[in-house]
Amino acid sequence: MSIFTLVWNYLKARPLNTAINILLLSLGIAVITILLLFNKQLEQKITENARGIDLVVGAKGSPLQLILCNIFHVDFPTGNIKLNEAERFAKHRLIKNAIPLALGDSYQSYRIIGTSQKYAELYKAEIQQGNWWRNNLDVTIGANVATLTQLKLGDKFASAHGLADGGHTHNDHQYIVVGILKPTNSVLDNLILTNVESVWEMHEEHAEEEEGHAEHEHAADSNFIPSPLVPSVGKGDSLKEITSMLIQYRSPMGAIQLPRLVNSQSSLQAASPAFETARLFSILGVGVDILMGFAYVLIVISGLSIFIALYNSLKERRYDLAIMRSMGASRTKLFVSILLEGGVLTMLGSLIGLLMGHGVLVLLSGMVEETQKAGINGFIFYPEEWIILGGSLLLGLICAVIPAIQAYRTDISRVLAGN
Amino acid sequence: MISVQNLSFQYAAGNAIQFPDFTVTRGEHCLLLGESGSGKTTLLHLLGGLLRHYSGSLKIEDTELAQLSEASLDRFRGQNIGFIFQRNHLINALTVEKNLMMAPYLAGLKIESERITEVLSGLGLAEKRKSRVTQLSHGQAQRVAIARAVLNKPSIIFADEPTSALDDKNCERVIHLLMDVANQHQSTLLVATHDQRLKDKISNQVWLSSL
Repeated sequence: MSIFTLVWNYLKARPLNTAINILLLSLGIAVITILLLFNKQLEQKITENARGIDLVVGAKGSPLQLILCNIFHVDFPTGNIKLNEAERFAKHRLIKNAIPLALGDSYQSYRIIGTSQKYAELYKAEIQQGNWWRNNLDVTIGANVATLTQLKLGDKFASAHGLADGGHTHNDHQYIVVGILKPTNSVLDNLILTNVESVWEMHEEHAEEEEGHAEHEHAADSNFIPSPLVPSVGKGDSLKEITSMLIQYRSPMGAIQLPRLVNSQSSLQAASPAFETARLFSILGVGVDILMGFAYVLIVISGLSIFIALYNSLKERRYDLAIMRSMGASRTKLFVSILLEGGVLTMLGSLIGLLMGHGVLVLLSGMVEETQKAGINGFIFYPEEWIILGGSLLLGLICAVIPAIQAYRTDISRVLAGN
Repeated sequence: MISVQNLSFQYAAGNAIQFPDFTVTRGEHCLLLGESGSGKTTLLHLLGGLLRHYSGSLKIEDTELAQLSEASLDRFRGQNIGFIFQRNHLINALTVEKNLMMAPYLAGLKIESERITEVLSGLGLAEKRKSRVTQLSHGQAQRVAIARAVLNKPSIIFADEPTSALDDKNCERVIHLLMDVANQHQSTLLVATHDQRLKDKISNQVWLSSL
């Protein structure tokens, strides 16, 4: 026998009441947990993915789209830019690194990126098996791509045009897998990396057929100056195009001068990942706030419901309380037992709510491919969850404090003489 | 054991009540008689420490109750006094066994399972140990209440109108049961009642006059 046994038996004696109180609270807590996990992980992913990239230069259009497309690889390109225009900035004194990106194709909805080795270095990628891409049509694939498409070293595949699965496939040229990356927990896990030339090669066949151009191999003439972005191409090549260029500043001065410099070029646009993701979050924030508000309403209602349940049950329990006093229970013991009843209710509710929240995310990441790709994981726990637990314990105590004071004040003599 | 001298109590409404002096020695039983409203329950609650702030002297086992703090009065009550009320007041949320366990637990004593077995089988309730209180008959519930009152081997058992709602046969049975368990545990039994049927059961009697 202990105070817990007593409290637990009282809760068990009113199973429906207890269940509805726990359910109400746990729903509220579950919503908050889901939002917390989702928001935290998304924010973390976004900052991780954008780390090291100070500016994205691409074709004119929506700056948010430019960021979504070229950093997170979830949107379509805004268009292409001329390689020679991009080159002009690549050697700017305020730029430390300029990384070209050529997009356009995908394999089973995993995007193929034509880029340089520096792109992989941004995410500190390491090789798990095989090698980095070296020749044209060599690809090195991200960890998720390898597990989900079952591609292995040496496998060949034809890419599809665009991002959607089952688009027009380039059957004549097949990529060959030469390497698989270790998981980086970044967007790289969902990408297929190759060199820029491969992406051009995929698409130049069309150009040849349509326009009758000869393939534009770089001439081995003596005054060949390699392009700073794609060394196999001569500097100033007026035909080659890329999708975008990722830029790292050499000094903070870059943040002040470069965007203006780029934007003043009629055909180019510069977008700052930090600014655009902040904008994205403020747009998403409205929805999150509404859901959050809804969750708080649920929690307040459950608090009220617990208060009412305790208050009412105390009326029925006046004799129990008086009897317990007659058996030697102190006022304080009764006070504590009622407080504990509120606390146990809310602790159970919030524990179940936390489990539900994590459970929903685990289910979601198991069933919905998009959440899996976004790297949302239901098994990650955050210290904020202690705050949720502590907060609900506090809620329980607050809801129970008035009934507990009533219990404390019970006039035993009057109650016992009352019948 | 119990010594009452010059005891009076003032109700919240303002009217006061004066009690006759009496003493009860250890192991002796006593009947507290009087009409409804004569202050029997008040006296019983004063004796049991459920009511405080009396004037005069009230000693249980040589302890002047007014001198105890509220918390020590609670402890004193739990360890020395067993109560039996007209209605049984069992805790419905608990089983028979847990109801009994509450007595030593709340009094701050050790819970002994053998003691529970002993008391329950003494009252013919052994097979009801795990039953829910709500499934008991009235007679069984009353026996559980008696078991709870004697479980801590209190030196005094106070019974407030234990028989007034019962028919003659059950009245006879209950008063004998009470006296038997009290004798068994060498407890003093003090019964407050207006039930005339009990007058010839306990010879030691205190009369309270009506107000």
